[in-house]
Amino acid sequence: MSANIEQGNGGNVAATIKLTRKDYVSDQEVRWCPGCGDYAILAQIQKVMPELGIKRENTVFVSGIGCSSRFPYYMNTYGFHTIHGRAPAVATGIKAANPELSVWVITGDGDALSIGGNHLIHAIRRNLDINIILFNNRIYGLTKGQYSPTSEFGKRTKSTPYGVIDYPLNPLSVALAAESTFVARSVDTFTAHLQDTVTRAMKHKGVSFVEVYQNCNIFNDGAYDMIKANDAKDERMIELKHGEPLVFGKARNKGIRMRSDMHLEVVELGDGISTSDLITHNEKATDSYLAYMLSRMEYPDYPVPIGVFRNVEKPTYEDMLEDQINSVIEKMGPGNLEKLMHSGDTWVIE
Amino acid sequence: MSSTTILNNVEERHIEELDAVTIRFAGDSGDGMQLTGTQFTNTSAVLGNDVSTLPDFPAEIRAPAGSLPGVSGFQLNFSNHDIRTPGDEPHVLVAMNPAALKVNLPDLEKGGLLIVNTDAFNDNNLKKAGYATNPLEDDSLSGYRLFKIPITTANRAALRDVVQISSKEMDRCKNFWALGLMYWLYDRPLEPTMRWIEGKFKKNAEVAKANVTALKAGFAYADATELFTTHYRVKRAAIAPGKYRNITGNEATALGCIAAAVLAERPLFYASYPITPASDILHALSSYKNFGVKTFQAEDEIAAICAAIGASFAGQLGLTGTSGPGLALKSEALGLAVMTELPLVVINVQRGGPSTGLPTKTEQADLLQAMFGRNGECPVAVVAAASPADCFNMAIEAFRIATTHMIPVVYLTDGYLGNGAEPWLLPKIEELPRFEVKFYSDPTTFKAYSRNPETLARPWAVPGTPGLEHRIGGIEKQDITGNVSYDPENHMHMVLTRAKKVDLIANDIPELEIFGEPEGRVLVLGWGSTYGAITSAVEEMQSQGYSVSSAHLRYLNPFPKNLGEVLGRFDRVLVPELNLGQLALLLRAKYLIPAISFAKVKGKPFKISELTAKIKEVYED
Repeated sequence: MSANIEQGNGGNVAATIKLTRKDYVSDQEVRWCPGCGDYAILAQIQKVMPELGIKRENTVFVSGIGCSSRFPYYMNTYGFHTIHGRAPAVATGIKAANPELSVWVITGDGDALSIGGNHLIHAIRRNLDINIILFNNRIYGLTKGQYSPTSEFGKRTKSTPYGVIDYPLNPLSVALAAESTFVARSVDTFTAHLQDTVTRAMKHKGVSFVEVYQNCNIFNDGAYDMIKANDAKDERMIELKHGEPLVFGKARNKGIRMRSDMHLEVVELGDGISTSDLITHNEKATDSYLAYMLSRMEYPDYPVPIGVFRNVEKPTYEDMLEDQINSVIEKMGPGNLEKLMHSGDTWVIE
Repeated sequence: MSSTTILNNVEERHIEELDAVTIRFAGDSGDGMQLTGTQFTNTSAVLGNDVSTLPDFPAEIRAPAGSLPGVSGFQLNFSNHDIRTPGDEPHVLVAMNPAALKVNLPDLEKGGLLIVNTDAFNDNNLKKAGYATNPLEDDSLSGYRLFKIPITTANRAALRDVVQISSKEMDRCKNFWALGLMYWLYDRPLEPTMRWIEGKFKKNAEVAKANVTALKAGFAYADATELFTTHYRVKRAAIAPGKYRNITGNEATALGCIAAAVLAERPLFYASYPITPASDILHALSSYKNFGVKTFQAEDEIAAICAAIGASFAGQLGLTGTSGPGLALKSEALGLAVMTELPLVVINVQRGGPSTGLPTKTEQADLLQAMFGRNGECPVAVVAAASPADCFNMAIEAFRIATTHMIPVVYLTDGYLGNGAEPWLLPKIEELPRFEVKFYSDPTTFKAYSRNPETLARPWAVPGTPGLEHRIGGIEKQDITGNVSYDPENHMHMVLTRAKKVDLIANDIPELEIFGEPEGRVLVLGWGSTYGAITSAVEEMQSQGYSVSSAHLRYLNPFPKNLGEVLGRFDRVLVPELNLGQLALLLRAKYLIPAISFAKVKGKPFKISELTAKIKEVYED
């Protein structure tokens, strides 16, 4: 490592000088469409960064291609705007090479789940300590309005004038199937919730996968209004809280129960049903079955969950990589080039 | 000499001195022919012969036993003088079954020694090999010195009372029996192979014993049965003094990369996806963990190069390796490395193409892919190794150029170099090129795309350095600042800058050397693995008084500075390549000369005789 890195306190240790949001704003002009949900997410991440205890110089934002992937240019940290779908692979190299760095992947629904689907699942299964923030606006914005892998079935877009006939992917189900150790969902305009979710993702040691519902006011305006509008959200969304029963509704009078045939059902409290009949959320459950079932809850059959679905500990790839190297060095001694070159059958010509 | 069998040979045996021998072992892909050939090679190398090998195996792991596609061969040339190729026509063919005979006989020299395992010449195997009649029983092999030996039976007989293993397991040792026989014939010691067997089967004493017994039995059989009238001796070669080891190109590449990391004092990060014939580099590097090497078996070729780019950004020596179709997948990310001006080395162990092509056969048809196979004006540096041992030097060169010039380097070898072996004169570490890798650290003067005036390289500024926070990416950059820029003038300027960056590397590489007179009738110009065959052919022509010289390009982008001048000093420039004339095309375009292409695309290296014939034709034209 260079002298600079050696002097650093590492990604997870508090910097001595207190930074503010402004320290994380780069000198580049932000060029998203006015009204884009990306602004809100950028603002919240810039706001929480100084609170996370990471040195600015130890922070790296990596992105692929798409509107959201312009994000690194606007952060006054190290940044790498890569190519279509490949951000998780580039981030893997960065984190594996230098585990001291706090590495963030900023991606969109098309970037992460379509062209980069393979890299996404493999970065997740390796459990690198990286934070993946997926902006999901259910549309291709930068290419001007084609459907994405999360677009609703039947949706009419520029490339589907007669309706989408691809079944959509559910990002959280994908992340859980790939054994993500931290899975969460938030919403661009839920300021406090988004800050809290991003903070928890960063503090998680291991891969963090956060889906953020994000509006595209040009090509898919109001994508989530049905569920997140102020007058609707209490009835149509449910916030997951570890150790608490799954209750929702303006009057906190509804909940989620497990039926005997292993299906989730929405029930009204009262009339013999109490909170003790409801599922108590356990983000620490070793297996991911229940988190997966929760990820399948979609409006209108269910309220849409936000919050942390899963948060479990597992050794990280970069730690195991370093451990393996150290144990080999311990066993064989540090590599000696001369010895290596001269190994095997050698002979001398006089 | 007519064909000989065990029974009629009662002549007195004598020892005959030979200068060089080419042997080909051929059998089923399960017969252990690669192992047999490698053992013979190593023993000969340790004896002080010069050696050169050509493994040739099917892409299928185990094609049906006895079938023509399942034939695996290993050719080696060993001599008492400096040799550079595995030999044109084998002097000796060991055929373990009819299919091996059928596939390999056309290459055997007329009158050559033919040793066959008669036990395998049953009706079933003959039918599978497409023989209507048994070639051992008709006159079809009368042009060769045929030795009919029941190897399977003799091997079983030798092992039966010695080891407690099944007949099937005994039969697996028959390659060592054949090797023992060949060791007697060519006067080789058994010890190196016995040592190898005992190391390899440390945990299975019975199998070790069986193989050692088989080896000794084959040797004893040749001795006791007085099978051969003569045995042969090839004296040690008069080659440069020093310490040697036998090495394949892939091993040398892996060692070169480790050496580069040691010389640069930066850790190596190797990301790769398994592909023939490059996988051995991944295998080798992943066993060198005590050098701090991080190896990453990625989910695909794209992830491999992207992870290597990420590691380079983070300050390690990013390396990825593959073969032809894998390079095709990596091309978009290679463009990203060009745009972000990060050091990166991309190994391409070329194989027969296009598409999946001939996975286990050699070709050098990815030169234009390495030069141009990307979108946009996207130049990279390209280097190529000339021999298995040269892979060590060129791997170091690839890293030296990548880090000095902040540029991706495509390093080309091929299946023939990767799998082929030769003795390697071990270099002195203190004589290897040292190259200092410096990270930028001064925040007061830092600009992400400021440039070294000599190389135009930008600073390597790694995350973790306070005050150097900056953003890079694939979108066009404003020169000096590195900010995103769509300015048309800047784009043209940056395209020219990236091209100039490659051109300036010419100041940092050796001039082209000429083998022979500096001017004359014909210059034979090659690159990559054709070095051995070209040099040997040219040497032969020179000894016959022809005005022929050769030169070999190890730096392909940029070319050495004196190339144009060298080309101008010859009446004819002949360019033999294992492709349809890719280097010839580049030479014609750049130097406006009528370079004559000599193309061979058969999955096989050039023979010396093919080259001498062509050189004569061009000479007299």
